Amino acid sequence: MSYRIHVYGKAERKHQKSSADQSTTNEPKEGKPTSSSRSSSDRKSFHSTKYSEGPYPNHLPSNEPQTPVKNGNTMDGDQGEEPEVPGTTVWLCCDVYDTGIGIPDNALPTLFKKYMQVSADHARKYGGTGLGLAICKQLVELMGGRLTVSSKVKCGSTFTFVLPYKVSSTCDSSDDPDDLSEMADNDAPLEDETAGFFHNSPILNGFSEDSCSFPSGNVRLKETTSVEDACSMVEVAETLSEPESSFSHSPDRDNENVVCRRKQCLDDTKSKIPNGTKNCNNHKEVSGDPPGSCQEQEKSATSSQCTSSSIPQEPESKPKPKILLVEDNKINVMVTKSMMKQLGHTMDVVNNGVEAVRAVQSCSYDLILMDVCMPVMNGLQATQLIRSFEETGNWDAAFKAGIEPCAPSSASVLDGQSSIHYHKRIPIIAMTANALSESAEECYANGMDSFVSKPVTFQKIKECLEQYLP
Amino acid sequence: MEVVQMQRAWVEYTKSLFREGFLDAQFQQLQLLQDESNPDFVAEVVSLFFEDSERLLSDLTFALEQQSVDFKKVDAHVHQLKGSSSSIGAQRVKNDCIAFRSFCEEQNVEGCQRCLQQVKQDYSLVKSKLEALIRLEQQIVAAGGSIPMEELSF
Repeated sequence: MSYRIHVYGKAERKHQKSSADQSTTNEPKEGKPTSSSRSSSDRKSFHSTKYSEGPYPNHLPSNEPQTPVKNGNTMDGDQGEEPEVPGTTVWLCCDVYDTGIGIPDNALPTLFKKYMQVSADHARKYGGTGLGLAICKQLVELMGGRLTVSSKVKCGSTFTFVLPYKVSSTCDSSDDPDDLSEMADNDAPLEDETAGFFHNSPILNGFSEDSCSFPSGNVRLKETTSVEDACSMVEVAETLSEPESSFSHSPDRDNENVVCRRKQCLDDTKSKIPNGTKNCNNHKEVSGDPPGSCQEQEKSATSSQCTSSSIPQEPESKPKPKILLVEDNKINVMVTKSMMKQLGHTMDVVNNGVEAVRAVQSCSYDLILMDVCMPVMNGLQATQLIRSFEETGNWDAAFKAGIEPCAPSSASVLDGQSSIHYHKRIPIIAMTANALSESAEECYANGMDSFVSKPVTFQKIKECLEQYLP
Repeated sequence: MEVVQMQRAWVEYTKSLFREGFLDAQFQQLQLLQDESNPDFVAEVVSLFFEDSERLLSDLTFALEQQSVDFKKVDAHVHQLKGSSSSIGAQRVKNDCIAFRSFCEEQNVEGCQRCLQQVKQDYSLVKSKLEALIRLEQQIVAAGGSIPMEELSF
């Protein structure tokens, strides 16, 4: 999967609303697409792509009237409303595209709906929860943008989102391609997560003294930006009609939220680029699953909920998360442990559901990876018992199931609090062999938060950690 | 043999194992987990797999020889074998296990016995190939070379 980002802006401003001091562009309701879709001729696209014309309906993530669009090709997010803001607004357009299994036309209308996947057995084959695109869509629209898709079965898919940004009046603009390659070669300092996003954007600016706040989490631009993309960025910088080329994000309100979300949004798309780990020079997405866009998008989008875990520099003082692996197969244990070790984590290991309950009784875990099929007690039941404790504050259900509580340790778990106090919900991730008896619905019904399909791969573990460990 | 020749042989051999379906992408996951801090990882996992599989195959043979076959037990063994073969990327063995489980579900003794033979055959093949591969790796390392994992992009 790859992505590219291009920017285009309007040469002429349409008449603005008179709320001049309202610097925000992103009232959620304004950002929603309306029926008057703009044609592409209104936009000055700096990075045009050849399309083939076709009568295929574009999928717009709303119930708006469809506009014809090209299917089977990548496309700029040309459609969509521009927010009415004072000053000049440009659109940041990001295409995330793959050459996977594609999405059939009949799946497009419901693609962005919650819990929808292309087919009923999609989860069984490819994993995922059906939430990824719905989340992406919400995020993009909350930021005043639009999310669209173009796909061709067996060829691949392109997801495009556009986001509006106000161009500020101050900037250090530099169109020097050397700056861009310098940028591409540098590990951008990425720790500035809360302030100044798109301020002195490296895409258009080259580097300024301030930290480059391109919100990309732990993804290194050099690994994901192709030469072609770098060239297109140069092209963009040169052809931008406004002298100001730095961006400052207009909405003052919800700044931090939006930053985090956008960072995560871009993080999502980039986290799919299979080069993000220290140990993997040639690391490909080797899960053996077809890189179908549905699955990929879901997986990348679920990591949109992670916040600071995507930041590479974690404060030293942070305690190591406690992870429990519940798995009976020795080989699976060995492989999973090794993957965790590569990610810098250790795990406690137990071999069945009873031992898992006992472990939770004696220890406070931040994450549990729970195999479903196990002897003695399976993962579904163990999860039920753990959730029962979390809700009631007692281990009665476990006792009924034959698990004797360890008296001293349950006291320590409660820590002198009364049993009606809230017990933190531990994220429990099912590890399923994709058997019919281990369906997603069953996992959720028993209290699991998510699932990972076996065989477990490095990428799956990594995404899991990013999503569920703060 | 020179190190370079051995390395080339290693690359070719590994690629052939993928091409012929003995191994799948999951095996590459294992290879990626092997590094300076974990230099024998693949050999260790593979040897654990051999140990585990041999035990399971012998349990399966015993279970299917019984007058009255306990299909639940048989299925449980096959499930384990499927899990571990899948985790290391032993594709043929894994696929044989998938077929095996349907016969268990049907409670078809003959079908199960045929599957068992097939699994044993494919297991034996992949075992000898993996052993050869690991031996070659050890020779390369002993001669001062490194395993050219990066050349496996295909």
